[in-house]
Amino acid sequence: MSRYLTRRLLIAIPSLLGISIVLFTVLALAPGDPFEELATNPNVPPEVRANLRLKFGLDDPIYLRYLHWLFAMLQGDWGFSFASRVNVDTLILQRLPTTLFVIGSSQVLALAIALPVGVYAATRPYSLFDQVANTLTFVGFSLPTFFTGLLFILVFSIQLDWLPFVYRADISATGWRWYWEHFRQAIMPVAVLGLFQGASWTRYVRSAVLDVIRLDHVTTARAKGLAERVVVLKHVVRNALIPVVTLVALQIPAVFGGAIVTEQIFRIPGIGSLLIASILNNDTPVVMAVTFVFACLVIVFNLMADLLYGWLDPRISYR
Amino acid sequence: MDEKQLRRLIGRVKDGKLSRRAFVGRMLALGITAPLASEMLAFCGAARAQEKEKVPYKPTKRGGGGALKVLWWQGATLLNPHFAVGTKDQDASRIFYEPLAGWDSDGELFPVLAAEIPSRENGGLAPDGLSVTWKLKRGVTWHDGQPFTADDLVFNWEYAKDPATAAVTIGNYKDVVVEKLDSHTVKVSFKKPTPFWADAFVGTRGMIVPKHLFEAYRGDKSRDAPTNLKPVGTGPYKFVDFKPGDMVRGEINSNYHEANRPHFDTIEMKGGGDAVSAARAVLQTGEFDYAWNMQVEDELLLRLEKGGKGRTVITPGGGIEHIQLNSTDPWTEVDGERASIKTKHPILSDPAVRQALGLLVDRQSVQEHIYGRTGIATANFLNNPERFRSKTMKFEFNIEKANQLLDAGGWKRGADGIREKDGKKLKFVYQTSINAPRQKNQAIVKQACQKAGIDLELKSVTASVFFSSDVANPDTYTKFWCDIQMYNTTMTEPDPEVFMNQFVSWEVSSKENKWQGRNITRWRNDEVDQAYRAAQAELDPVKRAALFIRINELVCSDCAVIPIVNRPKATAVSSKMRLEISGWDNDTATLKDWWREA
Amino acid sequence: MAGSTLASPTVRAPAALPRARPFSPGREAWRRFRRHRLAVASVAILAAMVLAVLLGPLVWRVPINDIDFTARLSPPTWAHPFGTDDLGQDLLARMLYGGRISLAVGLAAMLVAIFVGVLVGAVAGISRGSVDAGLMWLTDLFLSLPPLPVLLLVIYLFRERLKEIAGPEVGVFLLIVVVIGGFRWMPVARLVRAQFFSLREKEFVEAARALGASTTRQVVRHILPNALGPVIVAGTIDVAAAIIAESTLSFLGLGFPPDIPTWGRLLYDAKDYLDFAPHWALFPGAAIFLAVLTINFIGDGLRDALDPRKVM
Repeated sequence: MSRYLTRRLLIAIPSLLGISIVLFTVLALAPGDPFEELATNPNVPPEVRANLRLKFGLDDPIYLRYLHWLFAMLQGDWGFSFASRVNVDTLILQRLPTTLFVIGSSQVLALAIALPVGVYAATRPYSLFDQVANTLTFVGFSLPTFFTGLLFILVFSIQLDWLPFVYRADISATGWRWYWEHFRQAIMPVAVLGLFQGASWTRYVRSAVLDVIRLDHVTTARAKGLAERVVVLKHVVRNALIPVVTLVALQIPAVFGGAIVTEQIFRIPGIGSLLIASILNNDTPVVMAVTFVFACLVIVFNLMADLLYGWLDPRISYR
Repeated sequence: MDEKQLRRLIGRVKDGKLSRRAFVGRMLALGITAPLASEMLAFCGAARAQEKEKVPYKPTKRGGGGALKVLWWQGATLLNPHFAVGTKDQDASRIFYEPLAGWDSDGELFPVLAAEIPSRENGGLAPDGLSVTWKLKRGVTWHDGQPFTADDLVFNWEYAKDPATAAVTIGNYKDVVVEKLDSHTVKVSFKKPTPFWADAFVGTRGMIVPKHLFEAYRGDKSRDAPTNLKPVGTGPYKFVDFKPGDMVRGEINSNYHEANRPHFDTIEMKGGGDAVSAARAVLQTGEFDYAWNMQVEDELLLRLEKGGKGRTVITPGGGIEHIQLNSTDPWTEVDGERASIKTKHPILSDPAVRQALGLLVDRQSVQEHIYGRTGIATANFLNNPERFRSKTMKFEFNIEKANQLLDAGGWKRGADGIREKDGKKLKFVYQTSINAPRQKNQAIVKQACQKAGIDLELKSVTASVFFSSDVANPDTYTKFWCDIQMYNTTMTEPDPEVFMNQFVSWEVSSKENKWQGRNITRWRNDEVDQAYRAAQAELDPVKRAALFIRINELVCSDCAVIPIVNRPKATAVSSKMRLEISGWDNDTATLKDWWREA
Repeated sequence: MAGSTLASPTVRAPAALPRARPFSPGREAWRRFRRHRLAVASVAILAAMVLAVLLGPLVWRVPINDIDFTARLSPPTWAHPFGTDDLGQDLLARMLYGGRISLAVGLAAMLVAIFVGVLVGAVAGISRGSVDAGLMWLTDLFLSLPPLPVLLLVIYLFRERLKEIAGPEVGVFLLIVVVIGGFRWMPVARLVRAQFFSLREKEFVEAARALGASTTRQVVRHILPNALGPVIVAGTIDVAAAIIAESTLSFLGLGFPPDIPTWGRLLYDAKDYLDFAPHWALFPGAAIFLAVLTINFIGDGLRDALDPRKVM
């Protein structure tokens, strides 16, 4: 197993490089111009734009730009944003805490909903609980987040006036009020995202548990006289977790750069909204930096998932 | 409207028979911007009597107003006015920095850092039009306590005109020479007689940054200045915090150079999201006091206002949502270039078709059902007045007449209901940017055209691509590689000279100039060219206005473009706020005068 | 006749027994499917929806883009059974017309995602070493790609060519299906691969190997049918996601033109009017929900029908 691990880690480096090359090329070729607003402004003479392009090396051939980027990255310089004229790592670090707090909590919420509900529904297939849970999950993932987000805002902010709907990253209260204010403004986005994610995860959990619950070893465990709860928790869940682990590993990197719609609706200054704003502004250094971190996270978490398979199902061998 | 008629009107204003407001309104109808109109009046001696405040400023002391929360749904990404990429950045910088003077809602100059507005009477304006002398206000200090002097102005000029700085304000400063006459007087000289002198140091692109903090960061080093992110200016609020794209925060400047101002203790400008939820945040939940740029359907705004928590403020401006008709053929390639000036559009060059299209735009419905107060139906700005006045306000939506025109022009309906002549069908590709009101507008026009036997294929392009200048992309508006397109052109510049150069032949957008030219319809007319050249050098504002009106008339009578609605600025304001917004300057230009009823 | 004994009545030429219909696995699967009542009901409902969108416009003849300002945002009436939108256009007609595209895009994109995902996942799962590593690198690559710039690039590169080859509507349709499906196959691949890892060590696979089954046969006949659980769930989720993704594409100008009323687009247009005209969002939302529901129950039924371990 440790040989497998070292092998995978060694492979990770060239594969990251390969991904970064493809990413960079796509971004370089995609249509759009970081200085478009200058171009449409009649008062800015074309020389200024030409100068800016020269300064940022936008007219160099792609491979040269890639190499510049790579060497800078290796030295810890993540680039300089065209739109904000600020270092990219400053931008990212400013938004990291909010992202981790809001988006991270929503994933935890999703898991906290999916596991118990999915398992319980699968142990009692077609019962009332199962039917209700199923219907709710279908509603959950058929409705896009922009829709449920707006619905929540209409109900909780506008009609009932319970919750604020514009997220403010710096609240000037202190002590427990600070926590309370943060909690109040985070409930809606966390709920919107968490419920959407949780709905689809519940279905996967339910399906996985249904697959396992009919197997012989479960019947054996029951026959041995073990309590149903022990049967489920010790024998069923662990075997059913493989698809769940796959999904969670796929979803964690999305914390860093996903949830774009929810961040827009609630005005959460997270990395997702930074990414979409940069894409729309053609602010390539920011996009490159964010997607590169995203790629690293993808590789790391998928590797962790692969290793976890071995722990969950001892029969899986690594060759 | 010729020069004589203009002078007569101005005479009436001087005699008090016509109010300044009405005069400016008439000029707007002819395409003359308010600032130019007021310049005309000033030039002829009908100077403004006293600075009349429309919204009285009641607070009697500085501060005490609490927190001001404003929502700019496109968040500011930088705070150096010389790098500002759009009004969002300018508006945010304006919280901390100020220019010498600004433009108010009537198009009149009001002094900010200048002691008074230069004019012929006080000797500020040279009679030969070659220079302007500004007297600076005394006793003004920067937020860090240093005094504000003429050295700062000279520095700003050097900083902006240096191409290595890559400032976007370079256009305002590269053709002038700024000299310091004494510590509080500055002379700005022009190379040739310049009718529009209030360009450098005025308005949106005239904000002044401190020399002592930016001195070390000229030219190439401009991006490293720490003050880029931590502005120190002369404005009503001092800098507290900035998160690009998200949040700008400021606190009251206790040494502000105007008494009793500002009213609020802190300001917070939040960015992100979309216009509709910004409207809700001000008008429905009252979480914010002000929201910028309400590009929302008026129907929705009206419903939100019913809650009584806020109102929509409509400020007249110079934007015109209009349809452009391509003069060249975008479907044929000549020398590897589509829509080359060497071609002529086979169908749109037929005046009957153009006139018919002009009759098929239901501006009334567009105004009533889409834009409401935020879009006032107009045919005047670029349409054909026989005599100016109310005739210029007339537009027509007449499907019958359009049908008749086309029948008379020899366009007969084919089997599928689409008209054709000589094997050419009346089928056009009609493009615009992604924007719900625009898509609705397209739907309305398409339906009317169908009834006249014209088939429109609707195309919409994502805004960041449509408005970009990417040389490789075929869908940009400057390339105009389709038959008809529609968008909003804004008059951010108070002087119509830069606005009207969209119709001169040397600005034709082509492959040669990488489609940077401003004449996108590629329509050309010799008389327009002549009139424009004359207007550029003409110092008499009345003669100048007459020339621009002539250009309007030429464009209108040929139906080079079809104007739809005039787009004023729409902003959402909380019901207790008292403020005045100018359509010719930044929203925050009047920030010092904003206050709130208790 | 004396001496001749009639053959006993039981001895006769074996009459041809009524030939029992061969009990093929297909028929068995159908029998089991039929026992899942919800699945059967879902097939009926889905078929009804498909018929409605295919034939509906021929029956309900109101044009989809008839702008009528006097009837804006009206709730359901006899003239407009689903109400109207803010330009007065009839929602029922728009939904019937757009439903074709939504259902077609949803189903086609889902099939593309499932097909590619299962293929990649199966090949990666059954092989080891470099093939697995290579395919997983490809999967990671697609997972890291930011969808928006890639979409802009792909559409910009291929739109004109596809329009020439397949005509404007079909060309755009193909592009959208490929693009949406192309961004959703990765989770399916990883899920299938994970299933394969655990299934290929199971006894029945070993038994098949011992019997001399080739790898392909092992995969297709033994492992794959057991690995289908998560695939079916992914399929149903993907249909909803594909319908919604199409509306996001259209919002960005990369999909169908904005005047084409796909269900996702109708939801998007209706979102600002939720408090004034909820009917506008209700109907497309319900339609998407129903489509997803039926596909899911059909998937459940399929799983029950094809699952070799289940005894019914």
